[in-house]
Amino acid sequence: MKSKFQPDENGYFGQYGGAFIPELLYPNVKELADNYVQIIESDEFQKEYKSLLKEYVGRPTPLYLAKRLSEKYGAHIYLKREDLCHTGAHKVNNTVGQILIAQKLGKTKIIAETGAGQHGVATATVCALMGLECTIFMGEKDIVRQAPNVARMKMLGAKVVPATSGSKTLKDATNEAIRYWIQHPETFYLIGSVVGPAPHPDMVARLQAIISEEMKWQLKEKTGKENPDTIIACVGGGSNAAGAFYHYLDDEDVELIAVEAAGLGVHSGESAATSQLGQVGIIHGSKTILMQDEYGQIKEPYSISAGLDYPGVGPLHAFLYETKRAKFMSATDDEALEAAFELTKIEGIIPALETAHALAVLSKIKFRKDQVVVVNLSGRGDKDLEIYIKHLKE
Amino acid sequence: MNSIQELFQKKDKNLLSIYFTCGYPQLTDTSKVILGLEKSGVDFIEVGLPYSDPLADGPTIQDSSQKALENGINLDIIFEQLLTIKETNKTPLVLMGYLNQMLKYGEDKFCKKMIVCGIDTVIIPDLPMVEFENHYQELFDRYGITNVFLITPQTSEERIRKIDSYSKAFIYVVASSSITGAKGEISSSQIAYFERIKAMNLQSKLIIGFGISDKLTFNTACNYAHGAIIGSAFIKNLGTNGVDKIDDFIKPIIS
Repeated sequence: MKSKFQPDENGYFGQYGGAFIPELLYPNVKELADNYVQIIESDEFQKEYKSLLKEYVGRPTPLYLAKRLSEKYGAHIYLKREDLCHTGAHKVNNTVGQILIAQKLGKTKIIAETGAGQHGVATATVCALMGLECTIFMGEKDIVRQAPNVARMKMLGAKVVPATSGSKTLKDATNEAIRYWIQHPETFYLIGSVVGPAPHPDMVARLQAIISEEMKWQLKEKTGKENPDTIIACVGGGSNAAGAFYHYLDDEDVELIAVEAAGLGVHSGESAATSQLGQVGIIHGSKTILMQDEYGQIKEPYSISAGLDYPGVGPLHAFLYETKRAKFMSATDDEALEAAFELTKIEGIIPALETAHALAVLSKIKFRKDQVVVVNLSGRGDKDLEIYIKHLKE
Repeated sequence: MNSIQELFQKKDKNLLSIYFTCGYPQLTDTSKVILGLEKSGVDFIEVGLPYSDPLADGPTIQDSSQKALENGINLDIIFEQLLTIKETNKTPLVLMGYLNQMLKYGEDKFCKKMIVCGIDTVIIPDLPMVEFENHYQELFDRYGITNVFLITPQTSEERIRKIDSYSKAFIYVVASSSITGAKGEISSSQIAYFERIKAMNLQSKLIIGFGISDKLTFNTACNYAHGAIIGSAFIKNLGTNGVDKIDDFIKPIIS
């Protein structure tokens, strides 16, 4: 039986998804739509993909029982250590997969957008690995606040193009990447999240699904059961959450919690909590929930975290929100910072600011003592040190 | 009959269409620009609805849209402005905007307002054919609105034939793989593409746009199509010289 969380033939999850693209992109998107499932499901792809994930990325990533964190919040809290992936976040699961797909389609030039720079670094990395030309679009504002990742991309041989339009963040980097793609249809757009025109959201979700695939056998080993009670992940576009939820979507007894960035507060006017502030609309080629005014003009989001600073959310997540399959929560800048410092102090792990938002809701949930909770630790905090240092209390 | 179709019955070659952004350079310039263009002898006008995230547009139209939004333009004001010139303006108008604008405003409300303003043709660059077939065809038919499809150098012959069968106003022939904005000359590969489309003997009229900027590129385009659209070059002129100098831009092109 086909899961209701799989897209239909036009790339829709319920009313969300589709491919709202200018005619110029139609051949590119069609080529991908016609081939991606067959490629991903082929033995050849699976062999190469799994081998790279093991030997190059360092998978499987540990599922670590965080004892002191568990003690503090009164539950069994496991951390899925995506921060230990090569390049420092889950993003590389997707880029390894997509670079193989690009090669199968005969593409030699790669473009990508990036917010926090993690996807940019992960893309530049696989391009270096495969010897492919790489251009990364990044908001001018993000180039400043994520400087270490910009340096890494350049060292990896990528060209970093500043997006100077609009809010100069992830939304605008994505606009610029799409405009470049229109003008260079021979390129492969290696999208970084479960957003964009169909089939991109489904393709990226399938490539991130390795996270929950591993969680299943790791939990079985550690707890005797494949299913946890609760999975918590942060959501900007939603790729790490999609990966952590993927194999549990149909198991309705597993509680799924998506955490959005509330910035200075959900209703402060400076927020990126899309599900709370958005309505149905179209962004980056996909029908989803997005932050917009009454005339459909897209609003500029705000979050301290460049990776969550996005006015939309992937169509799968919009569907999970609407059907209440996932519970949507949010964390402010300050709550995320506090959670980051806490994890660092009691577990010796410096999380990415994005990930810190997921950790921040632990204090807002009343757990049962025997509750098994997995927090997807999507990335490490090296790139955020400047912000952390600024907030470090003596 | 569709207003553009009617126009083609009177004139079917060297048609000049101009694209402009509503509320630019000043909030109240929308009607002035339309009346100025009419006076200059433009055949039909594309009324651009400023959008925050115009994916198919280059820097010139992006900037004009942003400026117009800062001026406070919105769809309610635009429809009011268009209503005030309904009786005086005789040049057909075509609305050009992004799908999210119509979606959020309300599809039925949007269509109703168009008709009230005497406009029956729309161009939505991010409305794909499959969505048109599944939903928008029925919606537009209900209001007597015609949708204009775009074709590009990458569009397959099969798809062009299908678009031809859906087109009641004209087919918008995108001149190259590009977003909007001037490119200078028209290349030999573009000419080959125009010739290929012309040789298909489509039932629809063809209007070439994207990268048409002056008399030379306009004349070249008109050798292969029924007319052409100038957008960014006009916007640039409007930004520099204002609404009073529209004639100075248009006359050299159509003379």
